[in-house]
Formats: sequence, structure tokens, C-alpha cells
Amino acid sequence: MNPFTSPSRLRDLIRAARACKTAAEERAVVRKECAAIRSSINENDQFFRHRNLAKLMFIHMLGYPTHFGQMECLKLIAAVGFPEKRIGYLGLMLLLDERQEVLMLVTNSLKQDLNHLNHYIVGLALCALGNICSAEMARDLEPEVQRLFLSRDLDIKKKAALCSIRIIRKVPDLAENLMIPAASLLKEKHHGVLISAVQLCITLCKVSDIPLEHLRKSCIKGLVQILKELSNSSYTPEYEIAGVMDPFLQIRILKLMRLLGQGDVECSEYMTDILAQVATRTESHKNAGNAILYECVETIMGIEATSGLRVLAINILGKFLSNRDNNIRYVALNMLMKAVSVDSQAVQRHKTTILECMKDSDISIRKRTLELVFLLVNETNVKPLTRELIGYLEVSDQDFKGDLTAKICSIVKKFSQEKKWYIDQMFKVLCIAGNYVKDDVLHSLIITISNALDIQGYCVRSLYKALQNHPDQGGLVQVAVWCIGEYGELLVNNIKVSEVENTMNVTDSHAVDVIEASLKHHLSDITIQSMCLVALLKLSSRFTSTSERIREIIIHHKGSVVLELQQRAIEFNCIIQRHQNIKSSLLERMPALDESSYIGKRTSSSQVNISAVKLTRPTPVASPSLPNGVAHAPTNPLLDLLDLIPDDNPVPTSSTNDIVQDLLGIGLGNPLTSGTIAPSVGTDILLDLLSIGGTNDQNDVPVLDVSSKQGSEPLTNPSTFEVMDLLDGTTKDRSTDDEHPVYPSIIAFQSGTLKVAFAFTKRPDKPQITQIQVTCTNLSTDEYMDFIFLAAVPKFIQLQLEPASSNILPANSDGAITQTLTLTNSQHGQKPLAMRMRMTYKVNNQDKLEQGQVNNFPPEL
Amino acid sequence: MIHFVLLLSRQGKVRLTKWYSPYSQKERTKVIHELSGLILARAPKLCNFVEWRGYKVVYRRYASLYFCMCIDADDNELEILEIIHHFVEILDRYFGSVCELDLIFNFHKAYYVLDEILIAGELQESSKKTVARLITAQLVETALMFNL
Repeated sequence: MNPFTSPSRLRDLIRAARACKTAAEERAVVRKECAAIRSSINENDQFFRHRNLAKLMFIHMLGYPTHFGQMECLKLIAAVGFPEKRIGYLGLMLLLDERQEVLMLVTNSLKQDLNHLNHYIVGLALCALGNICSAEMARDLEPEVQRLFLSRDLDIKKKAALCSIRIIRKVPDLAENLMIPAASLLKEKHHGVLISAVQLCITLCKVSDIPLEHLRKSCIKGLVQILKELSNSSYTPEYEIAGVMDPFLQIRILKLMRLLGQGDVECSEYMTDILAQVATRTESHKNAGNAILYECVETIMGIEATSGLRVLAINILGKFLSNRDNNIRYVALNMLMKAVSVDSQAVQRHKTTILECMKDSDISIRKRTLELVFLLVNETNVKPLTRELIGYLEVSDQDFKGDLTAKICSIVKKFSQEKKWYIDQMFKVLCIAGNYVKDDVLHSLIITISNALDIQGYCVRSLYKALQNHPDQGGLVQVAVWCIGEYGELLVNNIKVSEVENTMNVTDSHAVDVIEASLKHHLSDITIQSMCLVALLKLSSRFTSTSERIREIIIHHKGSVVLELQQRAIEFNCIIQRHQNIKSSLLERMPALDESSYIGKRTSSSQVNISAVKLTRPTPVASPSLPNGVAHAPTNPLLDLLDLIPDDNPVPTSSTNDIVQDLLGIGLGNPLTSGTIAPSVGTDILLDLLSIGGTNDQNDVPVLDVSSKQGSEPLTNPSTFEVMDLLDGTTKDRSTDDEHPVYPSIIAFQSGTLKVAFAFTKRPDKPQITQIQVTCTNLSTDEYMDFIFLAAVPKFIQLQLEPASSNILPANSDGAITQTLTLTNSQHGQKPLAMRMRMTYKVNNQDKLEQGQVNNFPPEL
Repeated sequence: MIHFVLLLSRQGKVRLTKWYSPYSQKERTKVIHELSGLILARAPKLCNFVEWRGYKVVYRRYASLYFCMCIDADDNELEILEIIHHFVEILDRYFGSVCELDLIFNFHKAYYVLDEILIAGELQESSKKTVARLITAQLVETALMFNL
């Protein structure tokens, strides 16, 4: 560098950086400057060190790395004069943070500066220490700082107090050392020192109990005195802000009083007067006054206050709520939420003002209000509050509707006392915001309706009316369509009309009309379409006159691109056409759904590790329509059975029984309690698995025509099954099991490419538990990678699968993978074992899947 | 306590940052980025408090600058608004009708002022007169032909 030119000034750099039009230009400028600074550092130039550091700080603020300048800070701090030290400390605080090791090098300089004669330098050192010291530095330098408490300079005193706050935060053990000096500082008159001292005391009390006790005993009188003076005193321009005397000091004293009075009745009593005085006399026109009032209210709620004082506090909050300033209202709502837990009655009195805040333009205030209202709801006020909330739902905007709907639904559910009122409110919500209502809320509503036998007629009629008025609310359509399907005859025949209803004349075709309209209206929503199809099927049985028309509508969907709809359309069509004899029993009214078991199943099935996306049938309402072990043949599980085949999904090998259902494609949460359903045909347990009871005729039971022959018939291409074959219910051959003696091994599965053999062992004292050694061999000429064996068992069996020996299966039976499986048959002796298995592997970078069923377990097992 | 102070321009440029809690350089950039997005996007009529990561950020807009301070969830937000105003008034007094350009070209002086108002994330002095006096005194100390 040219020794005759001085490096550019700070403001030149700033100007140059600001003049850059693009980021690349700025980078170039910064790079050039950094190079100059670096060479200057290398030359150990002391003259312009301060300038270089200032430039470095600017570059740092722009966001560029500046770690090469850290040592410069240290050198400047070590310099003699005040200006260099000042900029050195500033650089230190800006460029470093407490986690850097370089900071430790400063400790010695700091120590020297803390003892310096020039009190501005002492101030600098205290400031730096207070802002970024680490725990080790804090420990080292604490004695110095404590000594400075006694300095005559007020500036140093207050800086020392604040610095020790940081020291205590970093090293809480030192709190006791500083207890007494802190208490003595409280006797000072200067506001700056007082503020720092009070803040130090607050930190001490938060950190440890011993200072808390000490301060409680010695300082409370002094504090109350100071506060009194501030509250009463006359105008002093130096400390006055917006008509209030030193709000900062007042607020801090109130904070400290809160900590001291918490849990201590005597202390709280002592404070009562002054708190009342501050609460009533502080001006609340400006923010400063409001800040003090806010802190005062927080303190009142925090200590053991009398009820009169509490009421005073809540009234202040009530006044805040009607303030025009958003901030004040926000703060008041926050405090009220905390106050509800302390004194709910008092808060209830301000209910109307709170409800007004619901209409605020500020979204965060609206959210807060909603939460507060939610906390305020109880049995007595739930009806008027719900009315208000629903009224508000109509006018609220989109992003708020979701939250509001969820809250209303949960309030109504929690506090409703009569079913009718609950159902009414839910219908109202559905009409206004059906699209935002969550699925499980819809389900529980349907469950409630199915349990409320006496008002089902009323429900279905109201839903019919609502559907005509609000055809585009998704949630409403779901519930309405389900109800009309189930309770169609109540609608048409006007059964059990209560006095308040107007009689409607709804004919069968009207009911079908309405469902057809919903079908057309919601072309994109698969759930609604599927539900409509099911409802139409139910109606075709209830209203036989419309059967043909319904069939036409259903046929329309035979060509649908969505697999679910296509399948349903084809199957329903088939039922209507060919199976009139079973149709009525098939589509009988569903029994009242059991809410608790439904919830139980939902939670257990959600625990199962299944990719929910694949398995979830787009008919969530299908799952509640379960035969909870009742003899009636429900419609949906049947039909879900029928469409299970192509949709086999990977099943985890955990032992929950819900897997069977899912494996069989019955959809989440469908239990077939095979134990309670009387097996209709034969003793083949798979029939039990699939049996839906009730229909005893062999022809009627759509049995899965799964390998009814020997287990050696592999199920490699299940998709080749004709749906029609299922409905024909072929008679099953009784599988002639191998009547082999004690636990022979079997070939569980064999295809052209894979062979699986089972070898059994049993412990004589535990006949229910069977250990199976599974051996898989590769019959093809290609090696299989990522081989995974999965198994599923009926509900009465528990399965445990150990890890496999490997997951690479060499070709040509050159090796085998073995895995141990443990089956526990809870109905040992009554029902034999059965298992379905699935093997996935990769060959030549292609995924392959094979699956089969094991029917040939030796019967003694 | 105040965890950090942030001064942002309307375009999201950082004019001043002061960190009273340990944040590494990477974390600092991230925080600034997040908060810029959050605060600059707020409409003018909304209240001045934002909830962020469990803390509260109190901000106020003065001309083209946003003054933001991040505090604990149980601190008094209205008081922080007063502290921000206190800071701005002192800056105003020091620079004589302060504008953003003053803060850009004299950022180191703005830092000196901030260091007289806050230490360790707590308020140091409530009297504007005292702060002004201290800064002037230090200026005299520095006035030994110090040309930055």
C-alpha cells in the first residue's frame, strides 16, 4: 500500500456501497476494501486501526464475513486512549459473541479497565462485560464488579448493577454474593441507579429464593415509599413522560413487588394501598400511563390480593377493552385469559365487551378473543354465546372461518345438554361453513344422530330443507346425504313430525332428486360422490318404485375414472339388477353406532403403521357404518370386501388385529368381530374373517374365492378375479388338509419364482403359541434384493415377527432367507390358524410383489 | 429482558442490530431474515406486537425505519413501546432531527447512544437529559482529533 495515502474514510466506503446498483457490484467494493484492510492489518498499522475497524463493522452489518478483524478489536482495546478503547469495545460487541474463544483473551484487558482511573473507561468495560461476557469471564471478574457498586460515580454504579445482572444470569451461584450490595443500592435517590438496582433485585429473586426472602424482609417498605413518592409527586421535567412520573421506574418497582408478594400474604397486604392508589390515580390517556396500569393489574393478579383489589384490576381490563388503541385491547385480552383461571365470575361480567372485540379488524385480536370466549364458556352461558358465535361465523372472513368453526364445534359438543340442541347448532354451522368442518366432527354428528332415535325424523327433514337451501356446503351434503339414505322413509312418510315443524310433502322422487343434484354439484369431491351412490342404493331398497331410476343414475358412473366410484357403480348396479332377493336385508337400517367403540377403533387404527393415504377409502362415513358385532348385514363392509382385491396395500408386520381388516381392504376402523358373529358357512376360518353374519344362504354370502383349494395354489395374480365370481358365491371345497402327524413342515407358498416353507415348533406347556420358521428360497435365475416378508393374521391370533436373516435372496435356490414368527392363537382348539402373506422384493431394479394365503396349517396347531 | 434490538429499513436492510442473548452469526442472519418477512408484511393498523418462536417482538415504525425489540413472553409490551420511543427521542436530540441517513453514516454513534440506554437487555437510564450529558462528555473525550 502506498504509504502516503491514508485508507479511505468510513463515509467513503458507505457512499460507495450505497451507490452500487447490483449485489455483484457491492461484493466487488467490499472485496476491495477487505483486501485493503487485511494488508493494513498485516502491516500492523496502528494509526488507522480505528478507521479500519469502523469500516469492518460496516461491512459486517452488510452481512459479509469479518472474522479476520477480531484481533484488531483486541489490539484497540489494549490501546491507551479512550477513543481507541471505545471503538475497540464496540467492535468487540458487534463482531464477536460469547461463544467465541477469542473473547477469553479480553479478560485481562477488561480487568485492567475495570480498575482504570478514567471512569468513562470503566463505564466502557462494564458495558462490554454486561453485554457479552461468558460464564468464565463472569466468574473471574465478579469481584471487580462488586467493588464498583461502592464507587462514587452514579453512572458507574448503575452500569455495575446492570452488568451484575448478566453475571448472575450466567453464573446463578453468585446471586448470594450480590444480595446485600443490591439491597443497599435501593436506598439511592438517583433514578438511573434505582432502575438498575430494582432490575438487579428482580433478577436475584427470579434466580434463587434466598435473595427473595432477604429482600422481602428488608426492602418492601422502601419500595412502597418510592412508589408513593412517584405517584404523588409533582411535575419534574427530567423524568416526566406524558404526564406520568418516570413510568419506567414505577413499572419496575411494580414488577419487583409482584415477585415479593407472590405467596406471601403479609407482604401483599402491605402493598394493597399503594396498588389501589396507582391503579386509580394513574392517567390512562397515553401509552405510558397504560403501561403502568397494565403492570399494576399484572401485579394485583400475581399476589395474594383481596377480592376488592382483584375486581378493581378486572375493571381496568374491561376499560382497556373499549380503548380504541389496538395494542391496549390486545394486552387486555391476554391478561383476561390469565385472569379467567383466577376469577372467572368477574371476567364474565365483561362478556359483551369481549364479544365486541370479535368483530375487530385486527386478526390477532380476533384470535385472542376467540380463545378467551372459549375459556369463558360454561353450561349456563353456552346457548347465548353459541348464538353470538354462529352469528359472527356468517360474516367472518375466510382465514378465520376455519378456526372459528372448529371452536364452535368443540364448545357445542362439550357443553350441550340436549341432543336436539346440539344437532340444531351443528346443522346451523354446517349450513354456514360446511366446507370448513372437519371430518371427525361430521362423523360424531352422524353417530349422535344414529343414537338419537326419537328425533331422527326431525333431523332428516331439517337436513333435507337445509340441503335445498345450501347445496354447496360440503360437510352439510355429506351428513344430509347419509341421513336421507338411511332414514328416507321417515322423510317421505312424515313420521314423527313434531309440533313445531311444518309438514312437508316429500315424495320418493324428490329425495332421489336431491341426491342426484348433490352428485352433479360436487363432481370433484370423491367422498360426496361415493356417499351419494351408497345413499341411492339404500333408497332403491327403501323406495322400490325409484329403483329403476336409481339404477340409471348409478350406471352413469360405471365409466368413472375414479376406481372407487367405478367399482361401487358396477357393484351396486349388480345388486339392484340381480339380487333383489337379498337387497332388502342387505340394506336394512343400520343399528345405532356406538360412539366409544368407534372412537377407540379410530385411534387404534390410526396407530397402525399403514400409509393412510392408500388405505383410506374415500368414504369416511363408510367406516362408522359398521356391524358392531350385530347380526344385520351392513351395506358398506360388504361392498368394501368386494373391492378389496386389486387394492392390496403393504401391510406392516405388527400384530394389531386391525391389520386384517385393512389387509382385506375393508377400510380403516372396520372390525369384523368374528368372535361374535355366528359363522354362517362351514368352519373355514377365512369365511369367518369375511363373514358378515345374518345371511345364511350360501349363495348370498359373497365369499372371497380365495384359494379354496390346497394352499399350494398361489395367489399370484389376484387382479384376475372377476367381481362377478365373488357374488356367485361358489361352494367351497373343504380343503383336505394334510393329515400329517405332529407338526410337519409345509410349503406355504410356491410360485414360479419363489418358495416359502414353514417349519413349526411348539412348546408343550403352551399350546397356543406356535413358532414358525419361515424359509424363503428363490427359484428364478435373478437375485432378489430388498426382500421383505410380511404376514397378517385374523383377529384372534397375535403375530410377532423377528428380523430376517438377510434381505438378499440369491438366485437358483442358492441360499435362503429365514425368519422366525410367533403366533399366539387365543382361540386355540376352537379355530385353526390362518395367515395371509406378502413378499416384496426388487429384481433387476424392478419392484415385484407376490402374495398368498396359507390354508394348509396342520390342524393340530 | 430484551433479547435483541433490530432496526430495519422499509426494504429490509439492516441499519442496526444489538444482541443481548447468545446467537451465532448464522442464527442471527436467520432471525433477521425471518423477522424482516414477518414485520415488514404487517398492515399498518395492526397492533404492534408479534408472537414469534415463543417470544414477543414489539415493533414500531418511525418514518422509514422499523424499530424492533424481542422480549420474553411475560414482559410488559407497552413498556417496551415506551423504551423504543425513549431511544428514538434521544437519537433525535443527539443528531438533531434524526433521519435514516444519519443512522447509516453514523452507525457507530447510534451504537454509543444505545449502549447508554440498554445494558444486558435492561433499561439503564430513564432521563433523556442524563443520557445526553453522558454522550456529550464522551464526545469531548474523543474529540482528540479523531477522524473516522
